[in-house]
Amino acid sequence: MQVTTQAFQHNASAALQNPALQKALKNIKIGFVRKRAAAVAKLPEFEALREAGRDLKNHVLDHLDFYLERFAAKVTEHGGQVHWARDAAEANQIVLEICRSVNAQRVTKGKSMISEEIGLNDFLEAHGVQPVETDLGEYIIQLRHEHPSHIIAPAVHLNRDQVADAFQAHHAPYGFTERREEPRALLDEARQVLRQQFLQADVGVTGANFCIAETGTTVIVTNEGNGDLTQILPRVHIALASIEKVVPTLEDVSLLLRLLARSATGQELSVYTTFSTGPRRPDDRDGPAQFHVVLLDNGRSGMIGGEFQDMLRCIRCAACLNHCPVYSAIGGHAYGWVYPGPMGSVLTPQLIGIETAGPLPNASTFCGRCEEVCPVQIPLPKMMRHWREQEFERHLTPVAARFGLGVWAFFARRPRLYRQAANLASWLFRRLAGGKGRISSLPLAKGWTAWRDLPTPQGRTFQQQWAARRAHRS
Amino acid sequence: MTLSQPRIGLFATCLVDLFRPTVGFAAVKLLEDAGCVVEVPAQTCCGQPAYNSGDRATAQALARQVIAAFEGFDFVVAPSGSCGGMIRQHYPPLFEDDPDWRARATRLSVKTFELTSFLTDVLKVERVAARYAGTATYHDACSGLRELGVKTQPRRLLATVEGLELRELEESEVCCGFGGTFCVKYPELSNRMVSDKTARILATGADVVLAGDLGCLLNIAGKLQRNGAAIKVRHVAEVLAGLTEAPAIGESEGSG
Repeated sequence: MQVTTQAFQHNASAALQNPALQKALKNIKIGFVRKRAAAVAKLPEFEALREAGRDLKNHVLDHLDFYLERFAAKVTEHGGQVHWARDAAEANQIVLEICRSVNAQRVTKGKSMISEEIGLNDFLEAHGVQPVETDLGEYIIQLRHEHPSHIIAPAVHLNRDQVADAFQAHHAPYGFTERREEPRALLDEARQVLRQQFLQADVGVTGANFCIAETGTTVIVTNEGNGDLTQILPRVHIALASIEKVVPTLEDVSLLLRLLARSATGQELSVYTTFSTGPRRPDDRDGPAQFHVVLLDNGRSGMIGGEFQDMLRCIRCAACLNHCPVYSAIGGHAYGWVYPGPMGSVLTPQLIGIETAGPLPNASTFCGRCEEVCPVQIPLPKMMRHWREQEFERHLTPVAARFGLGVWAFFARRPRLYRQAANLASWLFRRLAGGKGRISSLPLAKGWTAWRDLPTPQGRTFQQQWAARRAHRS
Repeated sequence: MTLSQPRIGLFATCLVDLFRPTVGFAAVKLLEDAGCVVEVPAQTCCGQPAYNSGDRATAQALARQVIAAFEGFDFVVAPSGSCGGMIRQHYPPLFEDDPDWRARATRLSVKTFELTSFLTDVLKVERVAARYAGTATYHDACSGLRELGVKTQPRRLLATVEGLELRELEESEVCCGFGGTFCVKYPELSNRMVSDKTARILATGADVVLAGDLGCLLNIAGKLQRNGAAIKVRHVAEVLAGLTEAPAIGESEGSG
């Protein structure tokens, strides 16, 4: 996909002026924020679970090689195949070769952010394999030639009429010539179209929320059941997972599932939680003949032991997106690549480079709400600050900002000079305000005064007045 | 150290120093009323703008300056959760590789408090001697709330202000969009956030909005006044200290 992270400012501005998007984004508060709050309120031990989740993921990251090898050995033991992919290109090639080995024409897909990260759909299409998204949201945006704007609700940026338009434009070949707008009718229509795709697919690709080392099992959570049909009906199931998704045991998964569903959608548990262990066995009633797991690194192993390791605890619940005042004002596309919101602002620079993704870690007030709701307590603001430090050290910070900071620092490091400058600034501001108490236009502070007035100093500075009072008292 | 009369170093904050001296005097009055001896050592800034801009060296230099100026006091008190949070939470990790300064930073951090938290949590002040006839609403500034746990303290004190009715603000914990340099780096986003905030403030019908951080207050006042709203904006310390004679933030002698 085209990377537009550098245009964040422009993208955000366009998003703020897009009425359809603004209407759709209102649903986030009702659909996610309030439901999460209600679910958390019902579980007194939620804070203790967050700590346990954090500790569990830290343990895994400290022994990642061990658990990955165990997981791979168990997958193989159950008749599955494990493929290690260093980067996106390798992962795509592995999937394509599996498709070619069974002459696959059509691939159904469950929701997978890893598949977005590696650009799998475009790659398969370019090589003659047709991917079909089966998560309803993913399906809608595939019809619209868009990318997800949210990591668990890919079409959250759309309204019902836009979905109706997309279906009307694409479903005539399936016998749906009439435009429908009722959610139920749209759902039925999608279900009927997708059912044919499920039955025709040669290969099913899903992501994996967790990979269990103890059993060699991959786990997906869905609310539509599309994941099950994707992985059970075709001859071949490929699970795409990044390496940090491994967890030691089934018991550990139960902890993370409790955190994940509540943090994501306010559910106690997602509707479907599907465990896949190896291909179909002789006495199984259904299942794929081949089971493949593609384990993707793509820069993650380089985060181990560094200042961004904590980011690898992420379980992709999207609570940080839903609670971010910036994300909820502009949606996900403005961030310009696959992962939006606070988690994206930390992860994206790692995956595509801070030179390209520089605006993202700066697009935060550090209000801290993301860290407050994160089910595994990732210190997101701290890591965004680490990126800013790297930008500053490497002189990637915009020149004007750096200059302004330098001038301010020159005075701030010299208290006597600073006080004189503050006295002067106070006088100047008050003069500019002309006794009004505020300034409505200040050329050097347009970022402020274009949108709001600037209250001016009350009078002489506090330190000046304090010194005068002291002199008077003594 | 005599706890009956602790010596306080008031970290006024650079914004209060320049824009709102009344808040500094309100803090002094509240602390003196509670039996403290207050001093104001020469000061500039806690270093947070540099810290959050990735300029660690400048942040460290300013932190050393603050530590040297304030480490002799029994406590350091700031009428700001943001600067208080900087000293309390961020100074020690700033000196990860410097054991001497790290120790000094840690010693300072544990005795640094946000004003309303210091009054209630440390000094156990239960009531203030102030009057304010009107309806107030309160915005929870992010750093104080999430870094220092400032939530009930200002409300408990406000409940003892004679004549004041506190009307809770919907989504009081959502950021106002100030965010230090954020408000000028991403002005359109900041404007959207402060527009949402001020709409909710106006929806309360209160006649004054209070908060514990001047950054948020300048942002909120600037937006309300740009839109011609009549609601007043004040730092919570002004009301708690009964220093509400001066015009509210962004207002002049004639306009209030």
